[in-house]
Amino acid sequence: MNRCPRRFRSPLGQAARSLYQLVTGSLSPDSVEDEFELSTVCHRPEGLEQLQEQTKFTRKELQVLYRGFKNECPSGIVNEENFKQIYSQFFPQGDSSTYATFLFNAFDTNHDGSVSFEDFVAGLSVILRGTTDDRLNWAFNLYDLNKDGCITKEEMLDIMKSIYDMMGKYTYPALREEAPREHVESFFQKMDRNKDGVVTIEEFIESCQKDENIMRSMQLFDNVI
Amino acid sequence: MAAGVATWLPFARAAAVGWLPLAQQPLPPAPGVKATRGDEVLVVNVSGRRFETWKNTLDRYPDTLLGSSEKEFFYDADSGEYFFDRDPDMFRHVLNFYRTGRLHCPRQECIQAFDEELAFYGLVPELVGDCCLEEYRDRKKENAERLAEDEEAEQAGDGPSLPAGSSLRQQLWRAFENPHTSTAALVFYYVTGFFIAVSVIANVVETIPCRGPARRPPREQPCGERFPLAFFCMDTACVLIFTGEYLLRLFAAPSRCRFLRSVMSLIDVVAILPYYIGLLVPKNEDVSGAFVTLRVFRVFRIFKFSRHSQGLRILGYTLKSCASELGFLLFSLTMAIIIFATVMFYAEKGTNKTNFTSIPAAFWYTIVTMTTLGYGDMVPSTIAGKIFGSICSLSGVLVIALPVPVIVSNFSRIYHQNQRADKRRAQQKVRLARIRLAKSGTTNAFLQYKQNGGLEDSSSGEEQAPCVRNRSAFEQQHHHLLHCLEKTTCHEFTDELTFSEALGAVSLGGRTSRSTSVSSQPVGPGSLLSSCCPRRAKRRAIRLANSTASVSHGSMQELDTLAGLQRSPAPQSRSSLNAKPHDSLDLNCDSRDFVAAIISIPTPPANTPDESQPSSPGGGGSGASSTLRNSSLGTPCLLPETVKISSL
Repeated sequence: MNRCPRRFRSPLGQAARSLYQLVTGSLSPDSVEDEFELSTVCHRPEGLEQLQEQTKFTRKELQVLYRGFKNECPSGIVNEENFKQIYSQFFPQGDSSTYATFLFNAFDTNHDGSVSFEDFVAGLSVILRGTTDDRLNWAFNLYDLNKDGCITKEEMLDIMKSIYDMMGKYTYPALREEAPREHVESFFQKMDRNKDGVVTIEEFIESCQKDENIMRSMQLFDNVI
Repeated sequence: MAAGVATWLPFARAAAVGWLPLAQQPLPPAPGVKATRGDEVLVVNVSGRRFETWKNTLDRYPDTLLGSSEKEFFYDADSGEYFFDRDPDMFRHVLNFYRTGRLHCPRQECIQAFDEELAFYGLVPELVGDCCLEEYRDRKKENAERLAEDEEAEQAGDGPSLPAGSSLRQQLWRAFENPHTSTAALVFYYVTGFFIAVSVIANVVETIPCRGPARRPPREQPCGERFPLAFFCMDTACVLIFTGEYLLRLFAAPSRCRFLRSVMSLIDVVAILPYYIGLLVPKNEDVSGAFVTLRVFRVFRIFKFSRHSQGLRILGYTLKSCASELGFLLFSLTMAIIIFATVMFYAEKGTNKTNFTSIPAAFWYTIVTMTTLGYGDMVPSTIAGKIFGSICSLSGVLVIALPVPVIVSNFSRIYHQNQRADKRRAQQKVRLARIRLAKSGTTNAFLQYKQNGGLEDSSSGEEQAPCVRNRSAFEQQHHHLLHCLEKTTCHEFTDELTFSEALGAVSLGGRTSRSTSVSSQPVGPGSLLSSCCPRRAKRRAIRLANSTASVSHGSMQELDTLAGLQRSPAPQSRSSLNAKPHDSLDLNCDSRDFVAAIISIPTPPANTPDESQPSSPGGGGSGASSTLRNSSLGTPCLLPETVKISSL
């Protein structure tokens, strides 16, 4: 049942305390006080003007974004669990939790375990309104899991597996075990110029800019907001 | 700063006139006031109902939504008001908080809705005023308990299917916890229940005196001594089953330490230990006398029934939840007993041949009197004793009656909660089914969209099925997202049916041998460009070359017949497929291509018959090319050149 908030170190002390509480009839104190202490931390974003300066969104767009954000997360922040839940709604067939974690870490620029509205809007601004270089930078940041400035094959393999996980089981053609690894190999073949086993940011941006497919696909960010 | 302080500030500043003459240094200049910041009336439009208030009112609490700059996010420049898409009835209470400083809790609203509104407007629940605080906390606690039950029920009754990779241990544990999941578990459950009953009955019957007919003086003997072997065998069987069950539970428990400390396992241990101790202890008289008393612990086997009976568990839980009240009452009862026993002892001390030989002896009298039992084995004989005895019994009635309503109300609350929990479990199953349906609905919508050729170029728009056009903006964008994922991974979403067909066909097609084909299409690196899966495309092209010259007429016939069973009508005729220059960047997902390609796969996963299949005439040829079009299914990253080569 409900335990008293303070815990005695020794079991003897604990037993004595329980006996005392049994006798005086206060064995189950209200634990609602505990709930009150953990009342929701409310995070308020910076002012609209500041956000307008920091991002490339217009005032109206920021307003719309905030209203949606606030509706979903009245406390003003998203933690990892919520983020994963939200993201998984778009991929009903597969398991998007790993990729959502990577995304979360990319959005959470100050690594405090929660994404606030500023983080959210800053990320969106780079992706949707940034230059091609900005977007590629952001993507590189996403892939670089330990943020050390270069992508290793293991990191890329993790990312690739998480993306393939999102496809789920029922795909055509059937997903094989080696599919992500092969994809990683081809990626590295293309990107790793000096064949040193890691892809640095310069190699990444250079290779992507030379790739017409990738450049052409950048248009998919039009009209997102 | 308190709420109304801002109002009094001008007065306080004016009162500084008293310091003016006394100041030894020039007083600092007044701060520049921004151009006439007179108080303005703000309009807050909550779902159409307009609330108007002074700006100062809202500024009183700057750490809430309305008091801070956060409300600017909700400012509608066209109408000049702050628009919130929330419940206007609840907003009334929020606004009143700003006006009066006290947050009241609406009695007729759901407490969770109220909490959500508070969270939205940035008000902490501690702000609820004292007049409404008690009720608020009670309702919140009730809600929290209900939610906790929900979660427990969810975790406990986790649906009939465990994850596929669950070990024997997990399956066993689940079988123990929820016997309704499998027939074996149910059988085990009933068997153990039966043996508990048998064991308890045997314990009871063992002590009934059986007439021994063979002896001349009909000596009464307890049945246990008359049929020792029978009872011993029954006991052994029961103990064996209980021991086995305990060991299995120990093996299956996810956390063995926690299991060892749990109440049920302790009961199990206590129930079976006496038997083993009895086996070990030798059969000499004095030790076995002490040992016989151990057998009383066998009665604890009856508590094992609590795993089988919901009602027993509820009773146990009730007693546990009333523990504090019961403890206190026990203590006060003890005090009363001691007082009255002392009094009775000293009152009866003078009498000779009295039963009240000591105060502890008087305890028995006090207890029997206070609970209104009145055995009559100890009665006071002096007048003082009788007076105090009557006072004792009267007060006993009052004291004993006190704990009963507490226990009863707790029991009924818990019992009703349990009933609700059962109902909710049923509802939960329905809800889960609905969620699953919605999820598959989304997937099916996407697959349907693809099937109807929605992914074709919009240039061929006239041929699109009408249902494709009727998608909402959200659906369009969501489908685009899924499409992008498909393109990234070079795989496609399908449904379960197609997937299992593909699996079955692959095992079927594996029998056809791979023959070296004559015409190997040179797929140079140039034609691949920088696709996301160049190596795969290359390998597929090689397989393309190697494959199905072995696709014989027979399988072509299969192809034809299968192509006949199409799910959606092909928008184009087969012959036009050859002529049509398709850019294979778009996936061509006619279902017949699906079906046809599946059968023609000789090796997994995405092989297509060689395009240089000369044997069959037009239909077969276009069949080949139509199946070849499916190479684009598996290789959406192949560029037009490769496909055009193959459609020659």
